[in-house]
Amino acid sequence: MSILVDDDTRVVVQGITGGEGKFHTQQMVDYGTNVVAGAVPGKGGQDVDGIPVYDTVSQAVEEEEADASVVFVPPAFAADAMFEALDTDLDLVVAITEGVPQQDMARVYKRLSETDTHLVGPNCPGLITPGEAKLGILPGNIFSSGNVGLVSRSGTLTYQVVDSLTQRGIGQTTAVGIGGDPIIGTDFIGALDLFEQDPDTDAVVMCGEIGGEDEEEAAAFIGEQMDTPVAGFIAGRTAPPGKRMGHAGAIVSGSGTGTAESKISALQDAGVPVGDTPEEVADNVEDLL
Amino acid sequence: MKLHEYQAKQVFADAGLPVPDSKLAASVDEVVEAAENVGYPVAIKAQVQVGGRGKAGGIELVDDEEEAREAADRILGMDLKGLHVDRVLVEAAVDFVNELYVGVTMDRNEGKPVAMVSTKGGVDIESVAEETPEAISRVHVDPSFGMHPFQARKAVYDAGVERDVAMDVASVLTTLYQLWDDKDSTDIEVNPVMITSDREVVCADAVMNIDDDALFRHADLQEMEEEGDSSQDDLEAKADEYGFDYVRLSGNTGIIGNGAGLVMTTLDLVDYYGGEPANFLDIGGGAKASRVANALDMVFSDENVDSVVFNIFGGITRGDEVAKGINEALESFEEIPKPVVVRLAGTNAEEGMEILNTDLVTVEKTLEDAVQRAVEYADTEADK
Repeated sequence: MSILVDDDTRVVVQGITGGEGKFHTQQMVDYGTNVVAGAVPGKGGQDVDGIPVYDTVSQAVEEEEADASVVFVPPAFAADAMFEALDTDLDLVVAITEGVPQQDMARVYKRLSETDTHLVGPNCPGLITPGEAKLGILPGNIFSSGNVGLVSRSGTLTYQVVDSLTQRGIGQTTAVGIGGDPIIGTDFIGALDLFEQDPDTDAVVMCGEIGGEDEEEAAAFIGEQMDTPVAGFIAGRTAPPGKRMGHAGAIVSGSGTGTAESKISALQDAGVPVGDTPEEVADNVEDLL
Repeated sequence: MKLHEYQAKQVFADAGLPVPDSKLAASVDEVVEAAENVGYPVAIKAQVQVGGRGKAGGIELVDDEEEAREAADRILGMDLKGLHVDRVLVEAAVDFVNELYVGVTMDRNEGKPVAMVSTKGGVDIESVAEETPEAISRVHVDPSFGMHPFQARKAVYDAGVERDVAMDVASVLTTLYQLWDDKDSTDIEVNPVMITSDREVVCADAVMNIDDDALFRHADLQEMEEEGDSSQDDLEAKADEYGFDYVRLSGNTGIIGNGAGLVMTTLDLVDYYGGEPANFLDIGGGAKASRVANALDMVFSDENVDSVVFNIFGGITRGDEVAKGINEALESFEEIPKPVVVRLAGTNAEEGMEILNTDLVTVEKTLEDAVQRAVEYADTEADK
């Protein structure tokens, strides 16, 4: 079992003819992902390595029964692409694009609340169910199938933690990169809730970072509603206030909200062991299992 | 992007908001001329982007030419919290009886803009929020509809703004929201909005931050960014040029890595192992030799740096390619100024570590070891 994606997921790639879209579609197909269509306005009727391209997402859904989309559309058009995806009955939309304007995202977020679709991202590496499917840009070869779920705001930090787990022989059910923007679709609680419901996920790793209050809210959720044990990590303990640390969302406000200390203590209060180093996170997962 | 006060005031004035008469000046004579145009008394305000300008001596109220010369001479050229003041705004002083706070920002937890009004203006709003949160009224706005007029009225009445000026303040808030929306602002704030003895409403300060990711659709704001960039840190300007996410810190262990979360983690580990991070530098995906060389150039340009830890997790980019990039970049230096520790992980990491030229760098297998080694080197270099 897994969350959000598996062998049966039928993927349409929005922006499949662009450089990134084309490259990562090939990588996804090589991993075994069932990419059934592409959607690019004006490119309907063409194909990319045998994958049929449609002008609209709804055509791709109708003709190829796609139930998930991956968005590789430049930032200026990414919100429109997400609106288009949300206008169909897709179960899942994964937006990889980095640099989507915040106000565009606020409108998408509002629209999202009117649908049953899960949106992952934007500004995220996507998600992977090892051995079955990956939607996004994660390097498939470092993951292995197992019983630990992983949710993270950062791509490479996810890889670092997965690497430490893999070296201990611990595999993953699904790893989800939820993205580093201030406004994202699926947040920590959304992903944790799905892992809680997945019978094959025996423990979850949650990698947070400075900025916002999503980790604090997740800590409350873990304390009140989860039986599955969670191991935590928070990046950005040394980040100065008022400076954006790479991710648009990774910023401690001038008044001191969004600090690592606040997140770490919220998690610890909820009984979540928080590692000081990625290695310690893997140690903690081992203990929890 | 942060607009300077004078730029934000221009945007406000263009939108029809009530702002005091003002002129920008860069010399003592220009200040005097501007003050005569505007009419004494005037406020002389340093145009640098730090909070608490007043307390730090960057704002002065003057009544005549002599005082204006004295104040201009003192403020122009001064160092205000590390920033050089090269321009001041000369602004008509407002005779006020009351100060309010009015602002719009993005509430990231709700995914919605929030408008805020408080009768406790003129002081740091964040301390008001902490000490007396009930003194701030908040109204969330659905971004797909924009702010309804009733919402502006509600925010103003709920805050307890005096009734005779309430509608004027609501009108200021409505316009501010419109500007926030039109200009892809992340925060817009007037603190204080002044109420004069004649019951006029005046926007006495102006803070306006723009979403960098939306600048592509605002040519006018891009121009303002270029024009206002004078007080940026040299290294941060260089990072912009190279297209790196870079933040300068005060320590002596330089850090280069890929991916925001992993770079932040590397900083944290430097601190954890007793060192002090000198910077945050994310080189992003891939690691072509030219990009690696630019990153090293950046970090070595910081004279505080005594050692560098290079931590790359190869995902789609293979470790052997990254290693080649690092070798090539390092071989282009006549002499490597400070010791460099490299740690590669992920796809083809082992092949990569074998390729790395160990005459030029120290190679460590784990992130923890690499950071400890770099901290050690930094200590040794600092003792020299």
